[in-house]
Amino acid sequence: MIVAEQKPFEDIYSYAKRHRRVLLLGCGTCVTVCMAGGEKEVGILASLVRLAARERNDDITVDEHTITRQCDAEFFDETTARKAADAEAVISMGCGVGVQFCAQRFPDKIVYPALNTKFYGATIEQGVWAERCAGCGECVLADFGGICPVARCSKSLLNGPCGGSQDGRCEVDPERVECAWQLIYERMEAMGRLEELEKIQPFKDWSQHRDGGPRTITREEVRL
Amino acid sequence: MSTETIAMPAETAETDALRIIAFCCHYCAFTAADLAGTMRRQYPPNIRIVRFPCTGRLETNTILQAFLDGADGVLVAGCEPGGCHFLKGNLRAAKRVEHCRRLLEQAGVSPERLEMRHIAASQGPLFAETARQFTEKIRMIKEQARRGTAPSDECLGDEP
Repeated sequence: MIVAEQKPFEDIYSYAKRHRRVLLLGCGTCVTVCMAGGEKEVGILASLVRLAARERNDDITVDEHTITRQCDAEFFDETTARKAADAEAVISMGCGVGVQFCAQRFPDKIVYPALNTKFYGATIEQGVWAERCAGCGECVLADFGGICPVARCSKSLLNGPCGGSQDGRCEVDPERVECAWQLIYERMEAMGRLEELEKIQPFKDWSQHRDGGPRTITREEVRL
Repeated sequence: MSTETIAMPAETAETDALRIIAFCCHYCAFTAADLAGTMRRQYPPNIRIVRFPCTGRLETNTILQAFLDGADGVLVAGCEPGGCHFLKGNLRAAKRVEHCRRLLEQAGVSPERLEMRHIAASQGPLFAETARQFTEKIRMIKEQARRGTAPSDECLGDEP
């Protein structure tokens, strides 16, 4: 899923106070799972903005609404359109994709982001999320025991490890970051596949990643 | 929860216009409040008790909603550490309350207006004393706010 976290409250409030009526729009997919921008978080943020407005004598009316997904046109129904029309601006609690999609759906509204979108990640435990995929466009997981050197090695080395690995930790941030190559080695060893790591990996085609510009996938067989 | 309104005690001269909500766990603080009554222990009448199956059930927004609906103070009263009927609900509530205090501060509301206490079912007198102390603390905070000064640590008192 896409993992995001809420912006500092003062940033969000500075957006809200530019208007007399704002719509806080939540997203029911990734950011609900990572507890950053779902229905519950919309409720909490709406309450906070209302409390802050009351304390600071600002005239802000906050509407709340959450849709299943902000990155799919089909979920922007009539209710959503009406609520957006009633507001002067929309504060999207979706990821960066959701914010842009909202801006496209509501061309006459200012759309603000309430979240900082961080990475594609997994839930390690409740309240802890970690990056697992870099969206490089050409998956190499088959060669590395299901542990991604692109996303989980700080240097994205395909022929690791580097000299900065110590006690299984990465020199970039030993407290927080495991050495992906230590994990890869241990996993391949456990599977009896160590000799596969002897193979020198060729240069990766980064044009499949962001280096080739914004990416689009078109599949004619499923287009309507 | 965001659309629900929490019923507040009416503002009367008797209650000194203070509105305090106490979210109490059914298994401990609520029973302690009941015991306080049985023991004829007096505590301020401006506390409105809302019974919860466990303080761990208490959502962040329920607390914020209480402030939005006009509460001057919110007391969350759960079991003692290790004594939760659901094992860890009270500890989770304590973390949530701490988080909520930070949120209140960001919104410009004094975090001192929200407090978590641990009160066992047998501690009726402690509930009454806590209610008295918290009411007094909220009265001080409200008084200071009326005068336009921040509450000092001295006036906020210590936890029992």
